[in-house]
Amino acid sequence: MSEHPIAARWRTLRAGGRRRAALIPYLTAGHPTPEASLAALQLVQAAGADFVEVGVPFSDPLADGPTIQRSTQAALDAGMTVPRVLELIGRAALGIPVVIMTYVNPVLAYGVERFVADAHAAGAAGLVLTDFPAGADPALEQLVLASPLALIRLIAPTTTPERLARAVRGATGFLYLISRLGVTGARDRVPPDLAEHVARVRAASPLPLAVGFGISTPAQARATAQLADGVVVGSALVDALGSGGLPAAERLILDLAAAVHGNGA
Amino acid sequence: MPTESGSLTTGRFGPYGGRYVPETLMGALEELARVYEEAKRDPAFWGELDALLKDYVGRPSPITETPRLAAQVGSGVVVLLKREDLNHTGAHKINNTLGQVLLARRMGKRRIIAETGAGQHGVATATVCARFALECVVYMGEEDMRRQRLNVYRMELMGAKVVPVTSGSKTLKDATNEALRDWVTNVTTTHYIIGSVVGPDPFPRLVRDFQSVIGREAHAQVVERYGRLPRTVVACVGGGSNAMGIFTAFLGDAAVELVGVEAAGEGLASGHHAASLARGRPGVFHGSLSYLLQNADGQVQPAHSVSAGLDYPGVGPEHAYLKDSGRVLYEAVTDRQALDAFAALSRLEGILPALESAHAVAWVMGRRGHWHADDVVLINLSGRGDKDVAMVAELTGAAL
Repeated sequence: MSEHPIAARWRTLRAGGRRRAALIPYLTAGHPTPEASLAALQLVQAAGADFVEVGVPFSDPLADGPTIQRSTQAALDAGMTVPRVLELIGRAALGIPVVIMTYVNPVLAYGVERFVADAHAAGAAGLVLTDFPAGADPALEQLVLASPLALIRLIAPTTTPERLARAVRGATGFLYLISRLGVTGARDRVPPDLAEHVARVRAASPLPLAVGFGISTPAQARATAQLADGVVVGSALVDALGSGGLPAAERLILDLAAAVHGNGA
Repeated sequence: MPTESGSLTTGRFGPYGGRYVPETLMGALEELARVYEEAKRDPAFWGELDALLKDYVGRPSPITETPRLAAQVGSGVVVLLKREDLNHTGAHKINNTLGQVLLARRMGKRRIIAETGAGQHGVATATVCARFALECVVYMGEEDMRRQRLNVYRMELMGAKVVPVTSGSKTLKDATNEALRDWVTNVTTTHYIIGSVVGPDPFPRLVRDFQSVIGREAHAQVVERYGRLPRTVVACVGGGSNAMGIFTAFLGDAAVELVGVEAAGEGLASGHHAASLARGRPGVFHGSLSYLLQNADGQVQPAHSVSAGLDYPGVGPEHAYLKDSGRVLYEAVTDRQALDAFAALSRLEGILPALESAHAVAWVMGRRGHWHADDVVLINLSGRGDKDVAMVAELTGAAL
């Protein structure tokens, strides 16, 4: 059996004894338009992303702040559907691992087994479900674990030690630590207790650890990369893409990549 | 103390229910479930709640015969209203908000948030927050604020902050999204008083238990007055808390027909309705698996009802279970039928029902000949219609 693309990517980042952090941009599929979205996926790869998270729009994104809410609504208004997102991922034909991020219901409606098979066939390597905490639905969990997609678990600052132990048991690919309480969206600074939460998760699992929610500037990305293996940037990129188009998104990714990769080399 | 039905502590009603929420909320849900289990076993908790229900809410609410309405339904049929409209704040909602505010106090949470559609749950939440000196923030769709201005002002009079929700369809579903976003952000200091038997576990069972006082009283009242059980018990279903409240005590009485009435809006065939059980299919929404109005792609579809309180694309997971099991019959009536029932009950009995409750009345009025003489039909009159008067006047072209 060949190495999972996500594991292979982490190995590359650590090759030769380096510890290079990963930049993981988030893009809403179909935003600002389906065509620009395809270009944006290719652009973030070219500008230095190590993984990319692709958001499947959902009508009721209760863990997302205004920026991503607006982007997913725009994508839905533009006619984005689960099959079209998978087609977009297929057309993008990226070399970096693609992680699909969405809510449970679009996956249920598509059919879980069919979804994991088609997502894999389109080239996706992992799945994050925002409203699917560990233990919520063992049957659904088994279907994802039995698939070639990595099941990436979200860990929150409020995750208890018991829940942390349970969450890391079923996790593959990497762990995704939510940096603070709240919904997605740009914030002014990295929370002061982040190091403590990172240490807690590291003690519970050897899996690589990405941190996201609220990281928007190169300075924040650099600070986060000093603690974690990966840095997720979503709302700031969606904002840049929405207001300044592809050139603004490219500038942001180049700056973020320099900040994230410059560290620990 | 409430009797259990369906799920105990698994958080599931058959396949339905569960906790499909962001990880950030899981600790708070576990804490709430634990504190509730402790409270349930604590006679002092129920003692305090029962005293408040009696002296603050005015329970027990009476059952009222409706002879003129009953004459239209069938000769000798007894049609009874369970008068939740007579509760303090004018609806059944306060049964739940009082119970939950006592739980919030046990958890040491000083800030309360809520969502509201028609405004009745928001008012009931603002009321108990005033009574217990807690900070109160209510999320309400901009469209609903327009439809229910009076209730917005009532909440503000009691010190609550009403936050307009402008996303999506600007109604109850979007207000619930926004309340959940607030909770994810402030979960360590805040308790979310969800207003119906929806949301992640333990809310559906906890809200049901606090509302089941309705059915316990009604069961005893009917048996005491008539020496027999009702033939049929009818309640409207949006999220479904007043229905679970009155059904729970009768679930074990196999001879009692239980009927939940959804909002058919402009008609089930029109696509403009709120009949999740009649026309939806199972999906995950607001933290639980239940019947849901959604398109083929799993996107939640906006509901429609003349009644803001029923204007919700989801429904409580226990109702999904009771539908599949066949124990409860779920029906739907249109805006038009509900408005006619609103007018009829006002004119025939001098009781203005909430437009939500008018759906249950309408279903009974549409079943002429369904019952025999001496059959008792019990309708949960979940709220009073004062809040709807301006809206009804607007719809019927009356000048105020």
